Amino acid sequence: MDLGVIDLSRLQFALTALYHFLFVPLTLGLSMMLVIMEAVYVMTDRPIWRVITRFWGRIFAINFVLGVATGLTMEFQFGTNWSYFSHYVGDIFGAPLAIEGLMAFFLEATFVGLMFFGWERLSKLGHMFVTFMVALGTNLSALWILVANGWMQNPTGAEFNTDTMRMEVSDFGAVLFNPIAQAKFVHTVSAGYVCASVVVLGISAFWLLKGRYTAVARRSMTVAAAFGLAGSLSVVVLGDESGYALTDNQKMKLAAIEAAWHTAPAPAGLTLFGLPNVAARETRYEVQVPWVLGVIATRSLDKEVTGMSELVLKAQERITSGVIAYDAVQHLKVDRTDVAQRARFEAHKRDLGYALLLKRHVADPRMASPQLVAATAWDVVPNVPLMFWSFRIMAFIGFFMIALFGAAFVLTSLRMHTQTRWFLKLAVIAIPLPWIAIELGWMLAEIGRQPWAIEGVLPTFLAASSLTRGVLWTTIIGFTAIYGTLAVIEVRLILATIRKGPFEHDEDPQPAPGPIPAAAITA
Amino acid sequence: MFDYETLRLIWWVLLGTLLIGFALTDGFDLGVAALLPFVGRTDAERRMVINAIGPTWEGNQVWFIVGGAAIFAAWPFVYAISFSGFYLAMFLVLAALILRPVGFKYRSKRPDAAWRSRWDWALFVGGFVPALVFGVAVGNVLSGAPFRLDSDLRAFFDGSFLGLFTPFTLLCGLLSVAMLVLHGSAWLAIKVEHGAVHDRARKFGTIAGLASLALFAAGWAFVAYGDIGYRIVGAIDPSGPSNPLRTTSELARGGWLANYGLYPWMMIAPVLGFGGAALALFGIRRGSESAAFAGSSASALGIIATVGLSMFPFILPSSIDSHSSLTVWNASSSAKTLGIMLFVTVVLLPIVIAYTAWAYKVMFGRVTTQEVATNPDFY
Repeated sequence: MDLGVIDLSRLQFALTALYHFLFVPLTLGLSMMLVIMEAVYVMTDRPIWRVITRFWGRIFAINFVLGVATGLTMEFQFGTNWSYFSHYVGDIFGAPLAIEGLMAFFLEATFVGLMFFGWERLSKLGHMFVTFMVALGTNLSALWILVANGWMQNPTGAEFNTDTMRMEVSDFGAVLFNPIAQAKFVHTVSAGYVCASVVVLGISAFWLLKGRYTAVARRSMTVAAAFGLAGSLSVVVLGDESGYALTDNQKMKLAAIEAAWHTAPAPAGLTLFGLPNVAARETRYEVQVPWVLGVIATRSLDKEVTGMSELVLKAQERITSGVIAYDAVQHLKVDRTDVAQRARFEAHKRDLGYALLLKRHVADPRMASPQLVAATAWDVVPNVPLMFWSFRIMAFIGFFMIALFGAAFVLTSLRMHTQTRWFLKLAVIAIPLPWIAIELGWMLAEIGRQPWAIEGVLPTFLAASSLTRGVLWTTIIGFTAIYGTLAVIEVRLILATIRKGPFEHDEDPQPAPGPIPAAAITA
Repeated sequence: MFDYETLRLIWWVLLGTLLIGFALTDGFDLGVAALLPFVGRTDAERRMVINAIGPTWEGNQVWFIVGGAAIFAAWPFVYAISFSGFYLAMFLVLAALILRPVGFKYRSKRPDAAWRSRWDWALFVGGFVPALVFGVAVGNVLSGAPFRLDSDLRAFFDGSFLGLFTPFTLLCGLLSVAMLVLHGSAWLAIKVEHGAVHDRARKFGTIAGLASLALFAAGWAFVAYGDIGYRIVGAIDPSGPSNPLRTTSELARGGWLANYGLYPWMMIAPVLGFGGAALALFGIRRGSESAAFAGSSASALGIIATVGLSMFPFILPSSIDSHSSLTVWNASSSAKTLGIMLFVTVVLLPIVIAYTAWAYKVMFGRVTTQEVATNPDFY
C-alpha cells in the first residue's frame, strides 16, 4: 500500500464531502421551512406569504443545484476511489444508497422541477403538495445516507464470507434499525433545520436593520424563530448522545473527545477545558464538572466510562485473536472444505478486522511480533486534540444556537423583534456559525472512526483503490478548481438575490408608504 | 422466493432496465444540451430549448444516480472495478455533469450575453462529453478492460487514460452521441413550437439518425470481423459464490455473436436498433413527432440491449487475466441482498414511474415564444 495514495484519497473524499455538506443542511432545513411558509399561504390566502415562499424558494434553488451537482461526485466516489471498500462491504453498504436513490432522489428531483415551474400550472394546494414532496424527499435521503454511514460506525447484521472475501448481510433489519444510524439521522436533520433557520433569521434581520422589505422580513423571522428553537433544542438534546457505549470504537470516540486517557471511577466527570498531550498521554490543566459525563454517557451513577489506555489493551487482545482468524482465512482460500480451519475462523472471525490493522506495518499479519502487536494497538486511538477541540467548538455553537433562538422566540412573541437592534446585529453575525458546527460534527464522526473505514472490520488504509498519486492529484486539482469557481458564483448569486429582494418577480401586495430606497432597485 | 441463479438473472435484466431508463429519459436531456448552441441562435431561442427540458431533466438524471447505486448494491464487483479502472474517464463525466444543474439554474440569473454564452457552452459540454464518454466506456467493456484480481479480490489496473481511446471505442462513443442527439432532437420536435428551432432540430435529427444507422452497422461489422469477443472456458456454476477467480475466460474472435446462434430471439435487439432509427427518420421527414420519438426510443433501447445480450453472461471481461472477468454468475451481491433489493425495487419503481408521468402531464404542451418571454419562473 502506498500511504501517499491513501492520504490523497482521504484528502479528496474529505474535500468533496465537506464541500457537498455545505449545501445539504440548508436544503434539508429550507425545504421544510418552505412547506411551513406555503402552508400559511394556503391557509390564510394572504398574497404576502406567496411572496415570502417564492423568495426563499429562489434562495433554496440556487443552493439546491449545487447540492445536486456535488452529490453526483459522492455517489460514484466509493467506486472510483474506494474500490476495495466497495468490494468488501458493497453487499451491505450499496443497498441503502440504492434505496436512497429510488425512494428519495427520484422524489425530490421530480417534484423540484414542478416546484420551480408549477406556480402557474398547479392549484395552490397542488403546489403545496409538491413542495412537501420535495421536503420529504430531501429528508428521506438524509435517512438512508445515515443508515449507510451509521453502519460504517457500527457494522451490525453482517458476516465475513470466506468464499467471496467480503462482508455479506446476515440481518438487514439490524442494518436498518441500527441505533447509531437513528441517532445520527435526528442529529443531522435537526442541524440542517438550525442552519436554514439561521439563514432566514440572519437575512431577515439584515433587511430589518436596513428598513427594507419589512413585511416579508418580520414574518420570515417569526417562522425562523419557532423552527430554529425546535431544531436547536433537538440537535443538542436528542442529538448524538446515544450510542457512545455501543461499540469499542464508539467508546474510543467518547474517550478521545473527553481526552480520557484512563478509566476514571464512576460516575466520570465532564472535562470542560484542558490541554491534551498526545506524547505524554495525559491532559493538562483539566477543568472537570463531576459526575456529569457518567450520567450522560451511561445513564447511571455506577457504570464506568472506559479510558483510551484500557481500550487499547482490549484492541491488543483483539489483534491477537484476529491473527488466528486471518490465518484460517488463508487456509480456507486454498481448501474451503477444511473443517478444522473453518472452526478456528468461526471462533475468531469477529476480530478479523483487527488483524488487518497490522498490514500497515507488515505484509503478512501472521509474522507480527508481540511488540508490533502492542504498538499497533495504539493505532486505534484517533487524533485526540482534534477530537477534543472540534467537539468543544461544536457544542459551544450548539448551546449558543439555543440561546439565539430562545431570544428570537421571546422577542417575536412580544413583537419586539423588529426594533431590538442588538439582537438583529447578532442574528446577522451568527450566519456562518451553523456551518462551522456542522462541518466540525462531520469531522468528529469521520476522524473519530479512524483508523477504520468500517469500525472493527476494514481499516481505511486498505480500503482505497489501487490508483497512482498522479491521477489523484489531477482529480483533486480538477474538483477544487470546479468547486471553487462554483462557490464564488453561488455566493454572488445569493447575495444578488438578497439585494434584489422578494419583489424582483412578484408584485408587492403591501407597497411601502414611502419610496423604496434606491439601493434596493439598483442591483 | 427465487433461487440465486434466477435472482442474478433478474438483476442483470434490471441493470439493463436502469441503463435503458437512463438513456430514454436523461438521454434526450444530454442530446438537447449537446444541440443547444446549434439549434438556438438567439437568447430567446436558446431559452426555448432549455425550458423544453428545464422542468423535468432533474428527475431524469436520477436514473443515472440510481443506476450507479444499483450497480453498487447488486453488482459490487462491477461498481468497484469499472469506476476505479476508468478513473479519469469517470472524472471527466462527473466534471461535465456537474455543469448541468448549475448551468440550467444560473444561466438565467443574469441578463448579460457573455455570462449566458458561457453557460450555453457549459451545458453543451455537460451534454456532449458524458454522451461521448459513456459510449467510449461501453466500447472498452466490449473490448475487455486491463485489470486483474489478487487472492484477496483486490483489483489492479494496467491501463492508461489514453489507452481507453481506440478506433473501436471512439466509434462506440460517436454512436452514443448520434443516438442521444437523435433522441434529443425528437424530444425538441415534440416540445417546442413550430418555427426556426423546430426546423433546426429536425435537420440535426436527420443527420444524427443517418449517423446512428451507419455507426451501428460499422460497430456490428467490427464485432463480427474484428479481434474482439470473449468466451468462458470450462464449467459454470450459476449459483456459486461471487468469486471471479473461479471462472476461466479467454479471448475469442467473434465471441460476441455466439449468443445469436444459441438464442435467435436475441436478434430482436439489433433489429430494434436499426428499425427504431429508421422509424425516427421517417417520423422526422413526415412531420410525425410521436413516430420520431418512438423510433429514437426504440433505437436506444435496441442498441443498449444489443450490447448486453451480445456479451451475456459477461459483464466486464478482463483483457489481461483469465481469472478476473466479471460475469452474471460471479460478480453479484449475496442472494439475500439481491432478494431484498428486488423487493424494494418492485415496490418503489412503479410509484416513481407514476409520479414521473404526472410531472410530465403537468408540464404537457409545447414551449412557446410567448411563454418564454413572460413566465417569470422560466429559466
